[in-house]
Amino acid sequence: MSTTLLLVQVLNGLQLGVLLFLVAAGLTLVFGVMDVINLAHGVQYMLGAYLMVTATALTGSFWLGLPLALVAALVLGLVLERLVIRPLYGRDHLEQVLATFGVILFVNEGVKMVWGAAPLAIPMPDALSGSIRLMDGLNYTVYRLALLGAGLLVAGGLYLLVTRTRSGMLLRAGASNAPMVSALGVDIGALFAKVFAFGAMLAAFAGAMAGPILSVEPGMGDGLLILAFVVIVIGGIGSIRGAFVAALLVGLIDTLGRSFLTDLLKLVLPPSDATQVGPALASMSVYLLMACVLFFRPRGLFPAPA
Amino acid sequence: MSARLDVRGLRKSYGALAVTDGVDLTVEAGEIHALIGPNGAGKTTLISLIAGEVRPDAGTILLGEADLTAAPVHRRARAGLARSFQITSTIPAFSVRENVVLALQGAGGPSFRLWPAPRAERARAERARALLARVGLEGRGDHPAAALSHGEKRALELAMALAAEPRILLLDEPMAGTGPEEGRAMVDLIASLKAACGILLVEHDMDAVFRLADRVSVLVAGRIIASGTPEQVRADPAVRAAYLGDETATGAAP
Amino acid sequence: MRALALLLALFAALAVVPLAADTYVVALVTRAMIFALAAVSLDFILGGAGLVSFGHAALMGIGAYGVGILMEEGTREALIAFPAAMAAAGLFALVTGAVSLKTRGVYFIMITLAFGQMAFFVAQSLSAYGGDDGLSLAARSTVAGQRWLKSPVTFHYATLGLLILITALCALILASPFGRVLRAAKENERRVRALGIDPYPYRLVAYGLAGAFAGLSGALLANLTEFVSPAFLSWHRSGELIVMVVAGAMAASALGVRAGGAGRLGGAVLGAVGVILVEEGLAHLTEHWRIVFGPLLVLLVLLGGWRGRRA
Repeated sequence: MSTTLLLVQVLNGLQLGVLLFLVAAGLTLVFGVMDVINLAHGVQYMLGAYLMVTATALTGSFWLGLPLALVAALVLGLVLERLVIRPLYGRDHLEQVLATFGVILFVNEGVKMVWGAAPLAIPMPDALSGSIRLMDGLNYTVYRLALLGAGLLVAGGLYLLVTRTRSGMLLRAGASNAPMVSALGVDIGALFAKVFAFGAMLAAFAGAMAGPILSVEPGMGDGLLILAFVVIVIGGIGSIRGAFVAALLVGLIDTLGRSFLTDLLKLVLPPSDATQVGPALASMSVYLLMACVLFFRPRGLFPAPA
Repeated sequence: MSARLDVRGLRKSYGALAVTDGVDLTVEAGEIHALIGPNGAGKTTLISLIAGEVRPDAGTILLGEADLTAAPVHRRARAGLARSFQITSTIPAFSVRENVVLALQGAGGPSFRLWPAPRAERARAERARALLARVGLEGRGDHPAAALSHGEKRALELAMALAAEPRILLLDEPMAGTGPEEGRAMVDLIASLKAACGILLVEHDMDAVFRLADRVSVLVAGRIIASGTPEQVRADPAVRAAYLGDETATGAAP
Repeated sequence: MRALALLLALFAALAVVPLAADTYVVALVTRAMIFALAAVSLDFILGGAGLVSFGHAALMGIGAYGVGILMEEGTREALIAFPAAMAAAGLFALVTGAVSLKTRGVYFIMITLAFGQMAFFVAQSLSAYGGDDGLSLAARSTVAGQRWLKSPVTFHYATLGLLILITALCALILASPFGRVLRAAKENERRVRALGIDPYPYRLVAYGLAGAFAGLSGALLANLTEFVSPAFLSWHRSGELIVMVVAGAMAASALGVRAGGAGRLGGAVLGAVGVILVEEGLAHLTEHWRIVFGPLLVLLVLLGGWRGRRA
């Protein structure tokens, strides 16, 4: 295991972490503010990627396609909020799980019917293709670095939005005491709809940005959704800061575990055992992390004030 | 079997706000100690601290010789600290009898018998009948708890608390929301319990408090400003100024 | 009494199926009963104790892999493999439950989901046992050395027998003093604690039992399909099991069976059989049957108002 390989995998891990954060941020806000558990958040990530496929094909440009896809995702988010999520406010969590599970089945199948079941690709923009030399023997794709940078920028912007602006203040107030905020003359319903659609757009942004380096296929959001759940559970539901820390942690552990755990185990186990146990243990690693965090802190690392 | 409840130096703050600010309080075996105070004085927080739902920042809680300061709710209950809730708290889907049977089960200690136990169940049903009769709910055993009147629910709560044969009973506004007739019955009932256990009674109904209490403590802003016999407290100028002046005027306010 | 009547009617209907139907239908109904067994084990903790577990397919899958792996290692005997499958699934439930049950509500849903997914990925990485492609069984299990399960009709009745046994067992446990604590803690945990009862160990035991029962259903499923794969543990299947339980409870209460308590287990059986048949029916109409099934679920929730609003 060389230092270069380690560095590359750390960058890959951070990049997965940033994607996870973009998805988890919307999830944790929607749950923290509206007390709605939204399983359909993963399909919004997937829809972002598919909308990006169509938008780049239509416009012939990554840069024109991206805003188009985001606006479309925002609109779809508003529609989903109006049709399915709004009637679920204040309902039993079990009902929210069932209804949004139905949405997943519908959208996954719908995507198959519209775009086909075969994986699709999004062409990488010219300006960001190619790779850059970070140090001796370490070349890294420009696009992946850009993805990392964009994710960090959005994270920073989100943090400022939630902590420094009037909307962010209302959002936090609405989360802790919705009737009070509504008594102050704020339209809570409209605020919730905005938060939901914004969260959907963040997830779609993650999907659209991940498109050029992953294959775009039906069900691609499901795996990420569950990792995003792990992230918000570790971070503490409702906490943007917790989601950020936990997303990077989960991204790093998952990526590094898959790359190096088998080799590490070879130091202590016979190679044949190590190649059996390594991958299994690596795929368990983030869940073991979650179990450990929860065992000591049942409400996550940064629990939202009760 | 009765025992002394001894609360010393209890403190609890939420941020800068000291909700319980160094409270010392005892409930002797066989006495009724009433805790009164204006709304927001911290009475319910104090009950929650003693029952174990909220952890104190400082102070100790002793029941007899046992230090319960760090014990979780269920262990305090097993040690003999029973309570009723300010907002009626029963198992609404259960019948009245099954609520009491559940309480008797709690008093009997953990049971992991996964199969029906007819003999033990018959014994519990028999004791449940007796407890229901004691609180005036005879004949109501088969009704769903959710279908009881407000006063009957309060009586059921009391039966559930009594099932454990507690050493100390914490009653959080047992009279709240009851009609005049039900209220009178509740006063008689509480008076009849004090031979069996010590009672810490939080109550807004001043008539009831002065009829029942052996001692009265007045909680204002998280501190006990006066404590003594009902006559002493009634005469205390600080209490009159801080509290009684407006409360007695409105009578049995909620 | 209506609950008992519903259960008896269901079991009677399932018992006459082999007399009137061809092999294809018998296999379909056997599959439905296997899922009914899993749904009953889920309803035992979901309806009985209020624990919304979103990782139940993993327990089922562990049971299935138990049978598959033992057969791969040369043990074909059901009297060994089935108890082993139940023990493995029960143990997994106990260990993950010990952590999950420290949490409440939506945390519990997400954590059981995550642990289920963990088991899914482990199954995927079992390269010695087929990995992602799954594992074909050489044959069905033998019972005391006899190849009884080879016959679809015998398999059907064996499954029905186990379904009746586990349903009766779950109902008895829910009616016992132990079950009373579970049911009470579901309604009002704070009250139960104040009565001197810590619900945690009760829930853990119940969760472990549900795991063992789900493992049994998985062992049957592996035998029915003579194949196990990671897809058995997928979270979609956990979701389907929840759908079966909830849709069944709604159907049962529409039939006048009191929701809650032991009576609703019949609802889980009804829900599982109904969902499997509806899926099969829709799949006959269109390969894209989920495009219909998804919105059906949404409508079920939005129009049904199963448990009403949270306090």
